[in-house]
Amino acid sequence: MPERQRHGASIGQPLTRRDGHAKITGAARYSADFRPEGLAHAVMAVSAVARGRVTHLDVAAAEAHPGVVAVMTPQNAPALAQSPDLKDNPFAFRLDLLQNDGVRYANQPIAVVIAETLEAATEGAALLAPRYDSEPVSVALGAGEIFRPETVGAGSATDEGSGDLAAGMAAAETRIEATYDTAAQYHNALEPHASVAAWDGDRLTLYTPTQALWIAKGRLAGLFGIPPENIHVVCHYLGGGFGSKGFIAAPQILGIMAAKLVGRPVKLVTRREQMFGPVGHRAATRQTLKLGASRDGTLTALDHHTLTLTSRHDDFIEPSGILSRHLYAAGAIATTHAVSRADIGTPIFMRAPGEASGSVAVESALDELALELDLDPLEIRLRNYAEVEPITHRPFSSKALRECYAQGAARFGWAARPRQPRQMRDADGLLVGWGLGTATYPAGMMQGEARATIRADGTGLIETAAQDMGQGAWTVLAQIGADGLGLPITQVELRIGDSNLPNGGLAGGSTGTATSGTAVDNAAQGAIAALAELAVNDRASPLYGAGNAGVTAADGRLARRDDPARSESFGEILARAGRTSVEAKGQGAGDPASRKTYAMHAHGAVYAEVKVDPDLGQIRVTRLVGAFAAGRIINPHLVRSQYYGGMIWGVSLALHEHALLDPRSGRVMNGNLAEYHIPVNADVPAMEAILVEEHDPHVNPLGIKGVGEIGITGTAGAIANAVWHATGVRVRDIPITLDKLLG
Amino acid sequence: MSFPITLTVNGVRRSVVLEDARVTLLDLLRERLDLTGAKKGCDRGQCGACTILLDGVRVNACLALAVSHDGASITTIEGLAAGDALHPVQAAFLEHDGFQCGFCTPGQILGAVGLIQEGQTGGDPERVREGMSGNLCRCGAYAGITDAVLTAHAAMSGPDVLPGRQLAEDAA
Repeated sequence: MPERQRHGASIGQPLTRRDGHAKITGAARYSADFRPEGLAHAVMAVSAVARGRVTHLDVAAAEAHPGVVAVMTPQNAPALAQSPDLKDNPFAFRLDLLQNDGVRYANQPIAVVIAETLEAATEGAALLAPRYDSEPVSVALGAGEIFRPETVGAGSATDEGSGDLAAGMAAAETRIEATYDTAAQYHNALEPHASVAAWDGDRLTLYTPTQALWIAKGRLAGLFGIPPENIHVVCHYLGGGFGSKGFIAAPQILGIMAAKLVGRPVKLVTRREQMFGPVGHRAATRQTLKLGASRDGTLTALDHHTLTLTSRHDDFIEPSGILSRHLYAAGAIATTHAVSRADIGTPIFMRAPGEASGSVAVESALDELALELDLDPLEIRLRNYAEVEPITHRPFSSKALRECYAQGAARFGWAARPRQPRQMRDADGLLVGWGLGTATYPAGMMQGEARATIRADGTGLIETAAQDMGQGAWTVLAQIGADGLGLPITQVELRIGDSNLPNGGLAGGSTGTATSGTAVDNAAQGAIAALAELAVNDRASPLYGAGNAGVTAADGRLARRDDPARSESFGEILARAGRTSVEAKGQGAGDPASRKTYAMHAHGAVYAEVKVDPDLGQIRVTRLVGAFAAGRIINPHLVRSQYYGGMIWGVSLALHEHALLDPRSGRVMNGNLAEYHIPVNADVPAMEAILVEEHDPHVNPLGIKGVGEIGITGTAGAIANAVWHATGVRVRDIPITLDKLLG
Repeated sequence: MSFPITLTVNGVRRSVVLEDARVTLLDLLRERLDLTGAKKGCDRGQCGACTILLDGVRVNACLALAVSHDGASITTIEGLAAGDALHPVQAAFLEHDGFQCGFCTPGQILGAVGLIQEGQTGGDPERVREGMSGNLCRCGAYAGITDAVLTAHAAMSGPDVLPGRQLAEDAA
């Protein structure tokens, strides 16, 4: 299906992934695929208790096993230059690196066995047979002291609101109050956290999956007391991150320590069941929504309170209430967060942190209000459409949400939806329900840098330590670079995924393409300006005297703006100047003035159809239509895949994922991929993602908003609402499973 | 104790002396034969990232002990294309963007080859989804995977299987 969304020669084109061939032939090397000479294998032992200390490890038994090289425990673990509990920046989370015998959560690393083979290391780890001095644990939401955290998410305000909530509630003609629970979730990227580490004196070469190469390099430099430039992190391909690889985690660092201990390269790969603890998760939440509205559905008050939990030893607070600060207009708004501590691994950012869990609660509550008012779910959303950002009253930099609602509704056939539940059945007698949810995610930017080079052979080179974890950076950054350099994309080489390149920021928070793309565009423009400088000052050039602003770059040539027939190839300009190349660096960051003036968010509308077996309660999503507006789309082919992926995460949040913790032991009871359910192919319906056109002149010069996370928002709520519409049963305990419909 | 075995891997006879009976086919390929295309996502048969063709049948290589398969013929992702010519399933995955991060992709592709050869699904998307459900994709590329398998099925079925060909045209 050819698409035509032409913005430039490359930007806007539905190009196939440039890294695709490597991925379909097995040529793409992921971290655990590297094998330096002399490699030893390391396997972690993890704690079976959630609180206490390790009193005994049978190190002798492990060491006696043939092939075992060493056992790393707190007794002999290499000293660190800095405490792994030091929090010197907002993205530093406390790490368990065998510095003492304490246990703070189940599955915490307690030892590492290094051996000649993986089999010997695995057996050695089993032979350690740890004994513990364990203490009583608490892992339940709301158990123990509940307190107000200093901040939520990545430094956002804990409480924020506007207007007089009590007055808004008093003025309401209809009020609802409902409490929604969302489950603890684990990222479970298919690629386990791994490191292949090789030391050469005080220089480290590391193959490890990370969404932020320079942040990883900085953390490691601090922990090992070496300059960042001594650390070379390579990650050309990352097998899924979703936030769990945003910041280097304890198992990855233990592999580096093991390599130091044994004085040879070491590979440590986290086992799947070990990923339920030391590499982060999305914490469970309990959200109370109090809504007040006038009879026509206009919200007079919106009160969104979140209770969540964090670890005993560190803080990450799932910011579920943040989206209520910018999504719906209301006379008065209050968003508040509270937290309790538990004997669990520290939660962390997970795809749409806050927005995902918050969205399902808000979208459910809005439909509960619509039912009271006998309003169509779309109508109540339109009546509370935020024309400006509700609390700050800032205008939106762009907002095509109304078009998203309309295009999605038309495609889905929403107008035919009966108001009351249990009205539709399919030919097999299954109950059919339709639901709607609004999607929203901030259009943030981080800071990044890129370098662009134009070479004597007329080709271009773009370099930045950005990361492709499947979103398509290998392709879209080349597209942006190609247009920036005025070259066909086939003439542009892209280098990413290597910490020796300029700081590429973080592939996370839906900021990657906006940040790195802006840096690449600026770098490319700088390189063209440097090239033009050579030409316009060269009497032998047909561009002589045109002035730097008087030339344009296209198809590998610079041409006079006022007379395109007078042009010269990049190679000719460089050759006559006796140069092998020109290069420039460019920065990517949001413009502070614009970001103060405007509220910047992507939006969307997701329509879901579910079918429910009236006797068994089995729920199937049978249709999903999402319409999203996220500024300029660099590659519609890949953006559609991002939306699909996000929407499938929405299906997963609504119906599947639920980490079950044993309240007595604090252990995850379903810590494997057979019992911790994520959607399989058969769970995923026919899907459609509509790319709604949106031009944003403020968000950044290219007009890019992020698309990586928005798909999960809206979708989960749409499914919850569709389940109600099919059955008449409102389930407020997410995920919605068949037992909750039958109960 | 050592265990000599001979396998035909991607058409090449490989003789290996295993020093350890615990070595799985997956670890043999990845750690001893430098064929890292098959991935380890769970090491217990739950994710499908290690799917290979063992004597033409799709299996989880993490659940197969190497010593049990002396004499077997194995196809991994590295051996699927004929030189520069992609296998129809590979080409279809590329065309339909049936992957994002790519980690599950070798397993998805080998699983799809096995599924199509089993001949149980025809061109029915529902049966393809069911048949591909042993291969998890956390990025959520299932829509592209299903379309890719349908397209490849049609391409591999030849001109005499008209319904499949029709589906391919619909998908395109």
